[in-house]
Amino acid sequence: MKKITAPLNEKAIADLKAGDRVLINGTLIVARDAAHKRGLNVELKDQVLFYAGPTPGRGGKLVGSIGPTTSSRMDPFTIPLLEKGLKGMIGKGGRSREIRDAIRKHKAVYFVATGGAAALLGKTVKHAEVIAYPELGPEAVLKLEVLDFPAVVAYDIYGGDVFER
Amino acid sequence: MREITTAKITEALARLCEEAACDLPAEVEEALNRALAEETSELGREILREIINNAEIARKDRLPLCQDTGSAIVFVELGQEVQITGGQLSEAINEGISRGFSKLRKSIVADPFLRTNTNDNTPAIIHTDIVPGDKIKLGLLLKGGGGENASSLKMFLPGASEDEVVDFVVKLVVEAGARACPPLVVGVGIGGTFDYAPLLAKKALRRRAGHLNSAHHIAQLEKKMLKRINETGVGPMGLGGKVTALAVHIETYPCHIASLPVAVNLECHAHRYKETIL
Repeated sequence: MKKITAPLNEKAIADLKAGDRVLINGTLIVARDAAHKRGLNVELKDQVLFYAGPTPGRGGKLVGSIGPTTSSRMDPFTIPLLEKGLKGMIGKGGRSREIRDAIRKHKAVYFVATGGAAALLGKTVKHAEVIAYPELGPEAVLKLEVLDFPAVVAYDIYGGDVFER
Repeated sequence: MREITTAKITEALARLCEEAACDLPAEVEEALNRALAEETSELGREILREIINNAEIARKDRLPLCQDTGSAIVFVELGQEVQITGGQLSEAINEGISRGFSKLRKSIVADPFLRTNTNDNTPAIIHTDIVPGDKIKLGLLLKGGGGENASSLKMFLPGASEDEVVDFVVKLVVEAGARACPPLVVGVGIGGTFDYAPLLAKKALRRRAGHLNSAHHIAQLEKKMLKRINETGVGPMGLGGKVTALAVHIETYPCHIASLPVAVNLECHAHRYKETIL
């Protein structure tokens, strides 16, 4: 199990191969359908996007359970974000060939996490804040600080694809 | 006539929301443990361990199993000797869902195009059957979007073979891949009409996971579909492996001489169904 830090740097990305299990530490940006449709106007250079929308937490906490949603729904919006310097995405399931190739071309990496393991993944969230579109409620853009968030490398920069093994 | 107040219905549903969201049914957890014993893919085993750990954390800490706490599908079996007092049944149900979702994710938008969140996960999808007796049985299924998006209906013709029907179901599971969050519970509705087959498929999900249909030939078909689905290699979260489905449940109904409707409703491993009798 590799430990990596987000935002990602070139060296960390070069070390990742499809099928690797990783524990992610640091910052994740949470966004899903509605925020993508609005252009996702937040700083994304070197950042990792997590396609998700949480349940509310106990005692006024912003995040209770949180897990990945289907990534391919975000495919039509992804290339402009890669062009802005996005380096990682976390979701579930495969993506279109076009997006897989674009991720590789931009030397970015795509991770999958376990759908429906949202209580477990929610436990890795140490801090959360809304950074854009608060009016979207469960689809608002959040910044999370996570500790040992488990994921699997799905697409690496060498053309590796965990779904084609 | 036995009187049942709308307040009781509201209260029961609010409670079922929390139980369904946080407590994985025991038979699903048992099926996941059997899956872990059978799975040979190391990545698949790791995913199954996460799913099993997740169920323990959810139950203990009262956290939803999945962040997608779903559409609220309410099955009402209303005894014909019951008189409901204190208001309207549908309002009582929606009030229960609204209260029950205060700590769950609100995933319902008021209009499919305008997409403004209703902020309390209402309205529920309500299916009512009038049955003999003086009780009300309430069933609540919290149905996630991933499995729903990957579900389908096909109007076969009566000449179709059983194998063609099996192929349709298996192909759908493969196309769904990780989107439906395997290992799945697969609900299949066969017969009825264009509208009724999908309802049968959804009702099939109410059965305790892994219990077979009481008709022998349908039970055999359930076993055959499960075997074929688990030979696809899709595996836990689509990452490859032996365990793609935990169970296949088929419900059937008489149909027209010209028709053979087949509906498939895919359900993720976070199978959230609870019921209560008033």
